[in-house]
Amino acid sequence: MLTFTLRRLLLAIPTLLFISLIIFLLVDLAPGSPMSEIPLTVPPEVRQKMIEALGADQPVFVRYILWLRQFFWVEPATLMDGWFGSHLAGDEQRILSWQSRSPVFTVIGQRIPQTLTVIGTAYLVGIMIAMPIGIYSAYRQYSAFDQLGTLVAMIGFSVPTFFTGTLFIIIFAVWLGWFPTKYDTTLEVTDWASFILQLKQMAMPVMVLGLANAAAISRYMRSSMLENMGQDYVRTARAKGMTERVVVLKHVLRNSLIPVVTVIALGIPSIFGGAIITENLFGVNGIGAALIGAIHANDLPMVQTLAFIFAVLIVLFNLIADVLYGLLDPRIRYE
Amino acid sequence: MKLKSALLGAACAFAMAPAAFAERGTDGEVKLTFPQAVSIMNPYLSSGTKDIYASSMVIEPLAGYDDAGTLIPKLVSEIPSFENGGISEDLTTITWKLLPGLMWADGSALTAADVVFTGQYCMDPAGGCAQLSKFDGIASIEAVDDLSVKITFTAPKPNPFNAFVGSTSPILQKAQFEACLGAAAPTCTDQNSMPIGTGPFKVTAFTVNDTVSMEANANYRDPAKPAFASAVIKGGGDAEGSARAVMETGEFDYAWNTQIPPDSQAAMAAAGKGQFVVAFGTLVERLEMNMTDPSADLPEGERSTAKHPHPFLTDINVRTALSMAIDRQILTEVGYGAGGAPTCNVVPAPAMYASDNTACLTQDIEGAKALLESSGWVDSDGDGIREKDGKKLSILYQSTVNPIRQDFQALIKDWWSEIGVETELKAIDPSVFFGGDAGSPDTFQKFYADVEMYANNFDGTDPEAYLTQYKCDKAPSPENQWQGENMNRFCDPAYDAMVSELSGTRDAAKRAELAKKLNDMVTKDSRIVVPLVHRGTLSAHSNALGGVKINAWDTELWNVADWFRVK
Repeated sequence: MLTFTLRRLLLAIPTLLFISLIIFLLVDLAPGSPMSEIPLTVPPEVRQKMIEALGADQPVFVRYILWLRQFFWVEPATLMDGWFGSHLAGDEQRILSWQSRSPVFTVIGQRIPQTLTVIGTAYLVGIMIAMPIGIYSAYRQYSAFDQLGTLVAMIGFSVPTFFTGTLFIIIFAVWLGWFPTKYDTTLEVTDWASFILQLKQMAMPVMVLGLANAAAISRYMRSSMLENMGQDYVRTARAKGMTERVVVLKHVLRNSLIPVVTVIALGIPSIFGGAIITENLFGVNGIGAALIGAIHANDLPMVQTLAFIFAVLIVLFNLIADVLYGLLDPRIRYE
Repeated sequence: MKLKSALLGAACAFAMAPAAFAERGTDGEVKLTFPQAVSIMNPYLSSGTKDIYASSMVIEPLAGYDDAGTLIPKLVSEIPSFENGGISEDLTTITWKLLPGLMWADGSALTAADVVFTGQYCMDPAGGCAQLSKFDGIASIEAVDDLSVKITFTAPKPNPFNAFVGSTSPILQKAQFEACLGAAAPTCTDQNSMPIGTGPFKVTAFTVNDTVSMEANANYRDPAKPAFASAVIKGGGDAEGSARAVMETGEFDYAWNTQIPPDSQAAMAAAGKGQFVVAFGTLVERLEMNMTDPSADLPEGERSTAKHPHPFLTDINVRTALSMAIDRQILTEVGYGAGGAPTCNVVPAPAMYASDNTACLTQDIEGAKALLESSGWVDSDGDGIREKDGKKLSILYQSTVNPIRQDFQALIKDWWSEIGVETELKAIDPSVFFGGDAGSPDTFQKFYADVEMYANNFDGTDPEAYLTQYKCDKAPSPENQWQGENMNRFCDPAYDAMVSELSGTRDAAKRAELAKKLNDMVTKDSRIVVPLVHRGTLSAHSNALGGVKINAWDTELWNVADWFRVK
């Protein structure tokens, strides 16, 4: 197992380097200019000077090597300096966003908490809704509950979040006036009242995303349960005189969880990736909103760094899912 | 004596009475929302309107514009003029006199050295200053004494009110920005996001592309203002969401740039929680006619250049007919509602520069047909498209990807097909269209199409620089890497001569007359530019917010110090 993990980690290095190059070239070759958002009243000479000040006029490979150096040396060194008070990074330039001229990692640091609380909660809520629905739907296949669950899952799958989001805003914010439409990122939870406010402002984005997540996971849960329900060991368990409760929740559920856990683990990078549409709609200043804002402004360093971090997370969680699989199912051995 | 002082005291008490209502920090928090989030609080490093508006609550220029477009002093005692000796007779210097006793938010004194430093900061060649053009033609900026600053120009400058005028060119504190000159400018993250200013508010917290938190500046020059103790600007989302947060849910007091479809405007206004306000500046949505041949059959480097005149748009009758076929009233209703007005002018405002050119406002399909007929453009082969000398009236009409622009394109295509003109539509991603990449065929400068539609405007209230854009030598071409603003490749020596005359003219009335003539030359006399809609900026404010005076000539938040809570 350990050799397998190490081998996979080593393999990940060239993969990630290659991915970073591809992302950099894709982002760089995409049409558009960091100057496209500034008004037409700014004359071309001034635009040219601004581009030079950003370093955006350098050849693409020079910028790529510089970015690699900043990402793998300057940024970790700055982090170390911050933690241990050392002076590894010196005066070296960190990765600066073209749009805000602030370090990209500072922006990411500001946004991670929002993304984790809102998107992370939505993911948890989604799992908690999906599991019981999936289990019961499978246990009572084709019952009214199963049909209803299927219907809800299909709606969750097929209705895009920008639609459910707007619908929720109109119903819960405009008509009922229960929840705010804009997420207040300056709110600090210090007492019961501010905690309630935080719950209120999280309610709508969490509902929207939770519905979408629950839809997917409940279908996996259901099909995995169904597959196991017909197995011989289930009949054996019943024949031994076990109660239905023990049969379903101990024998079947445990075995059915294996593929579901993989699916859940593989979905975790998407939490960090944020939910571009939902975050934008509700004004949650998470990673997804940062990404879309940077894409609009052709803020190459920001887009590049975020896209690469997602790549790292996806590679990492793929590995974690594989390892988990081996831990959960003793029949699987990586040699 | 006693009676006199008693009376004086009474008079004072009365005079103080209104001030007792207006006291600093009594009205709680004012909440603003911008559909685009604020990235940076330093206008010298960003020319995004969102950033300029947000920073205008904190840092201020020497003078600004009020809602009528008149210059008003902010940090100075008066606007320099010939009469008060502030502007020299030969137009080469301007001297600003700072108000005595001004303090930065940190309690230190504002002096002429700060103004001089700000000039130095923006004019540093390595700094990439976004407002560099405001400092054009400046030879030197010097502090005459602690409270006066003299700007010397390299040549006579009829309009010296560029540098340090308006929210795009505020004064930075020397002590704070001293280490941020030149190449270091972008790396000063803290300074750029929390500048120390003289404005009514000061920044207390800043999250990039999200929220700016501010509190009342304790050292603001008017002790009774601002009425609000704190302010917050939340950014992000879209125009619809911002408008909703003010007009329907009442979560916010003010939303900038709530340009939403006319039917949504009506529905939101009906909720009764707030109102829309429009600032009509100089932004005009227009069609630009290409005077050169964009044909793909021509070799690269000769397409859309003066080497090949356009096969049919060079005929003024065709251009006139295309303009006559358009119903600008319908376009305005469909696209902008209250946020727009039909126009025939390239310079639609300020009033003193706006020509009384209104003939294009009525659509005349029959007239357009007759005009084409009489000038020899007839449909001889019965395919519904007019032709002459083997040239068909077939137009490639490009614009950016934008729902309103696509509506406009569809409507105009219909009207043109009615008069026998075939139109092919093209929509280009705005970041490419406006990106100015000389390698892309789809930029508005290259203009590889017959007609293109976009909006343009000018800074401040003087249209001279804007009208200069239609001079012959401003045409983009391969020789100048496709830089330039004369998209039409319009070239008229009489026009160029009149522009030179304008730049040498000092008398305001005469300038206005020349500007109007120049406007007419590119619009109603030649139809090189076919203006469609005079676009305003639609903003929304809640009924609980008082004192809002929308301003198109400077930041919309120009009088935020006067805003108050309606109780």
